[in-house]
Formats: sequence, C-alpha cells, structure tokens
Amino acid sequence: MSYTEFLAEHGPRLLDGTLVTAAQFFLATALAIAVALVMGLMKLSDNWLLKGVSVVYIEIFRGTSLLVQLYWIFFVLPLFGVTLEKFTAGFVAVGMNLGAYGAELVRGGILAVPKGQWEAAYSLSMSPARRMWRIILPQALLNMLPAWGNLLIELLKGTALVALISVADLMFEARQVNSATYLSAQTFGTALIIYYVFSRFLITPFMRWLELVMRRKMGRA
Amino acid sequence: MFDWDWAFTLEILPRLLEATLNTLIAAGAGYVIAVFLGLAFALAQRTPFRALTLGVREAVEFIRSTPLVLQIFFVFFVGPQFGVTLSPWTAGMIAIGLHYSAYLSEVYRGGIESVPKGQWEAAAALSLSTRDTYFRIIIPQALPPSLAGMGNYLVGIFKDTPMLSVIGVAELMHTANAIGSENYRYLEPYTMVGIIFLCISLPAAAMVRSFEAWVRRKLGLS
Amino acid sequence: MEDLSRFPLRLEGPDAPMVRFDHVTKRYGDLVVLEDFCLDVAEGEMVTVIGPSGSGKTTVLRILMLERIQEGVIYVDGAPISHMEKKGRLVPASERYLRRAREPIGMCFQHFNLFPHMTAIQNCMEGPVQVLGLSRQDARERAEELLEMVGMIEKKDEHPSRLSGGQQQRVAIARALAMRPKVMLFDEVTSALDPEVIGEVTEVIRKLVHEHRLTMLMVTHQMGFAADISDRVCFFYGGRIEEQGTPEELFGNPQKERTQQFLSAVKSAG
Repeated sequence: MSYTEFLAEHGPRLLDGTLVTAAQFFLATALAIAVALVMGLMKLSDNWLLKGVSVVYIEIFRGTSLLVQLYWIFFVLPLFGVTLEKFTAGFVAVGMNLGAYGAELVRGGILAVPKGQWEAAYSLSMSPARRMWRIILPQALLNMLPAWGNLLIELLKGTALVALISVADLMFEARQVNSATYLSAQTFGTALIIYYVFSRFLITPFMRWLELVMRRKMGRA
Repeated sequence: MFDWDWAFTLEILPRLLEATLNTLIAAGAGYVIAVFLGLAFALAQRTPFRALTLGVREAVEFIRSTPLVLQIFFVFFVGPQFGVTLSPWTAGMIAIGLHYSAYLSEVYRGGIESVPKGQWEAAAALSLSTRDTYFRIIIPQALPPSLAGMGNYLVGIFKDTPMLSVIGVAELMHTANAIGSENYRYLEPYTMVGIIFLCISLPAAAMVRSFEAWVRRKLGLS
Repeated sequence: MEDLSRFPLRLEGPDAPMVRFDHVTKRYGDLVVLEDFCLDVAEGEMVTVIGPSGSGKTTVLRILMLERIQEGVIYVDGAPISHMEKKGRLVPASERYLRRAREPIGMCFQHFNLFPHMTAIQNCMEGPVQVLGLSRQDARERAEELLEMVGMIEKKDEHPSRLSGGQQQRVAIARALAMRPKVMLFDEVTSALDPEVIGEVTEVIRKLVHEHRLTMLMVTHQMGFAADISDRVCFFYGGRIEEQGTPEELFGNPQKERTQQFLSAVKSAG
C-alpha cells in the first residue's frame, strides 16, 4: 500500500481525531489561562490563606504527573460524587495541570514589572485592583508572552494523553488505525507530523504575532 | 462519601514501592542518555557545517513539539514493522532519552550563549585548542546557568515516566493500573501514586536548587 | 582569488621587522575597516595607536590575534600568520596553523576577560599547561614569578570576582606573559578602569617596557601615557594611518590638520 493510498483510506479518521485534539487544545487553554491568572495572583497575595491555597495547588499539580492527575480525575473523582464525562475530564485535567505552570509565569511576569510602575500607579491614587488590571497586568503579559508560547506547545502535547481515557483525539485514532493496519511508521509518523505542524506553524506564529501586536499597542515595537 | 481502606493501602504499598524503584531506574537511565545526547545535539548546532546545524536544529524542534506518548508508540511499534523488535524497556528508554535530549540541548545552548564573547577571545589569545576552549573554559562557565534547567528536566523526566506504562513498562502507573483492575479499587492505588510522586519530586526540586547554589559558590561565581 | 605571489614566503635578514602588516584589507560584510594597511613594528619596539573611535585602531590588534583578513598578508617573527606555505606558495591559513602561528602573540583586553571559574594563578597556568605542555610545577613557578612582578602574588588564590578592576587587569597581563610571547597587544586596557586604579596598570606596562625587550602594540586613549613610553605613535583616521612619528614629533609638532584637530579635542576634554 502506497502512502497516498494509506492517506486516502485512513486520512479522514486522523482528521476527525485532529479536530477533537483542536477542541481539547482550545478548551484546555482557556481553562489554563483562567487558572494561571487566579492562582498566580493568589500566590502574590498578602492573605496567607489565599497564598497557602495557591501554593498547595501549584505544588500538587506540578509535583505529580499529568497522566496521574488525568486518571485520578477520571477514575477517582466519581467516588467523591463528581463524575465528569471523558471529554470534559480530558481538557479539565490538561487545563488544570498547565494552569499550575502558567501561574508561576503570571507571578514571575508581575514581579518583573519595575517597582516604579507600582509607585507611579499608587501616586495616582489608583485602587489596588485597578492598578493591577490597568497598569501592572498589561506589562506583565508582555513579559510572559514568550514563555506562554512554549507552555501552549506543552499543553498541546499534554492533550495527547486524553487518548488514554478513550477520548477520540488524534492520538486515539492513530492507535486505532495502527491496530487495524499494523502500518506503524505511516500511522504514527503522520500523527507526529500533524502535531508538529500544529505547534510549529499555528501556535508559534500566532504567539509571535500576538507579541508583536501587544508590543505595538504598548508602544514598545 | 468515600471509604479509604487502610488495610488495602498497606497491602499494596510494597508492590507500589517496588514499582517506584523501576520508575527511578527508568528516569535515571533516560536522563543519562539525554545528558550526553543533548550535549551532542547542542555542539552539532555550533559546527560550521550549515546543513548539519540546520538539520539538527529542525530535529530538535520536531522532537520538542510532538507528544512524548506518541513518540513512545512510534519507537515501540515501528521497529517490528521493519523486523527489529525492541523490548518495552529499550523502546521506552530510547524514546524518553531522545525526547529529553532535545530539551537539554536547548538548555546547553542557552548556557553556552550566556558565556561572554570575551571568554572566547581570551581563550583564542592563549592559543587554546577548540577542545580545550570548550571543555576547560566555555562548558565550566555554561554549566552553572544550565544547572537549573538540567535539574528541572531531571524532575520532568521522572514525572513523565508514567507514559511508559502505555507500552507495558512495569513502572508505578502500570502497577497502579494492574492493582486497580485486579481489585476494582482505584482510589487507593492512584492516590498513592500521586503521593509518591509528590514525596519524590518536591524534595528533588529543592535539592536541585541548593545544588545549583553550591556549584556556583564552588566555582567562585557568586 | 587574490594574487599572493608578490608576497614573500618569509621575512628574513637583520632588518626583518617583528610584525609586518603587508597591504592588509579587513572588511566586515560591506564595511571596510582597514584598507591597504601597511605597518612594520621592529623587535623591541613599543608602538601606540591612537585615534577617534571607529577609526579601525582596535581592528589592527584584533586581526593579529582574533580575526581573519580579506587581503594582504601579516607576518610575525618572520613567518606569515594570516597565510601558510603550501608547495612554495602562500594559501589562506588553516585554523590549526592559525592557532600555532599566533602562539608568539599575547593579548590583553579592555574588559580583562579573566576566566571567572579559575583563581588568579589558575588563569595564569592554563595556557602554559594546556598549550605549551609545561608541567604543573613549572607552570606554577612561572605564574608565581609573574604574579609577583605585577604585584598580585598575595591574591593568587582569589577568583576574579573578588578582585578590583585594576587587580584583574594586572592578572590578565601576567596570564598573557605566562605564554612567553614575543609580541604583546594591549587593547584599551585602562578604558574600563576607575581613574584611581589606572596607575597600577600603567605602572606594570611601564615596567615591561623598561625591563624586557618585548615588542608591543598598544591602543589607548591615554595620551600622556602613550607619550611617555612609546617609541612611535600612529594616529589612525578612517581606516589608515594619517600620521606617525616619535611622541615628540606627533604630540609636539603634528603636521596634518586632522591630527591637530584630534589632539586639541583630546586636550580640551582634559
């Protein structure tokens, strides 16, 4: 069987899987951003309770494996009365895991904003919330954008694990095709290339573009 | 709400601890491969041969931006298709070592680029050979800034070993799966796996930090 | 391809200079920094290069030690260093040849460039042990002798981060001397130093001039020091030597207008 024949026969399946992977990617990204912002800000808080919660969250999710967390959320959480459907369990696990890494980026990005900016905002009598939202966060965002580019690639790679709880993503479909055909090089090779194109030609250029736009908007181009 | 079974926990603990040892061996072996192969990747990108430099650069990008779990399958299944059968352990070590060597090569590259240009010039002014320049002048200085990254990826490789369970390497996750399906109880094995990971990776991360500080002091850099 | 047949394979005879730049051109991309540059430095001579920044004066030192040239040939101690002999003709030097040919040259830098992970004495032993193949014992004795000469023997086991700029530069001079060079290059060695420690470095160079017959090429902004110790001063402008002569001639009675402008600008700046 030639590679073109292989693609004609199994390409549609891999494409379906790719769409599911894309959906997992976007949902998990949205969750990761939300978690990162909340946990990152909480870790900078003076309130020991908020700070403590974020430290525990970050350490647990960064200290154990994504796969362990995924299995735990899917298989163990129902015992606590929280049953998530496998598609939901998939992006929730990925989003919560990468969100913990993102929280450290948020924290680092905020701390990298020069002290003078805090003082200037304070001298304008801005409320702490307004100061954070209007003055500090936009600058912090620019500081951490390059690191987020790498994080999103890690997140995309993380979504491949949802196949192990039978979410029909690209990884899952590749395994199905492989066990049906035993054409491992073609199957897994194609899947690898799709992931590569996704991160190298979609995520990376998009993040570069975003950085450029932000830079221009903030007059730092 | 839920019933945690302590007797069951104690019963499965020895099996889990034994599997932990396998996990540590897998992480260690994978890391050793990654440390050396990563250095080769980093140095290959500094040769004057443009084709080699670009080829290695692209390969590193490829490995870094595709999922490890897929790479593990690829290595494990593609061999037999061409008549080479790899054991799960061998395939797993190749995949995870290769994956992390791409990351480590980036760490080394950053470290080497952080060494000021003047150091290369001073080495040239003493007529040091290329090898001596690298191994006696540049790498010792590139090492301390690389240590944090190297340490993080040691912890990272450890946390990625559960993926080896997909091809049947008998590490922690694989054992927890087996216990779960034998007993129809997942609460204790999966939770214990999480706790074991925390108990190893948190102190390891702290040790990496203090080791880095120690090396910096030792080399007179701070 | 450049015709190299007009250049001799070696410089011989009693009049042969220690260093010769023979119609040298150096470009960075399209930017020509030196064009058709010629300069001879005799054995034991101290030549200082002065001039406005961007005039190419530092490049004169860098092409001796660190960089390749596009045209012309550079000779040191009779042998070409930019090229090598192959079947009776000159061909561009290989990396290996280049490194060997540059062994008789030592260089000190504006920013010292000491190896931060080695102590002062380790810095001074590195070249002799690794390149010249000296035993550690011999290298240590040589290093101690030189650190003594530059007044740094008490600090020999300190890392560079614990030394002041002036102290680091003195160690750097000892490190270069430990290779027993025939030619020493000083590239703005006082420019990065605080004013109060410049003296300790110039004192060491002065000592070298008086007590050793080393050939030296120096780029500096310190006119007084240049006038004091140089046998010859070259004023550089626009990639070539505008005017040269003894310090008395060049500083006392400059002939060219650009030289006069430069010197008066330097003088009024203090």
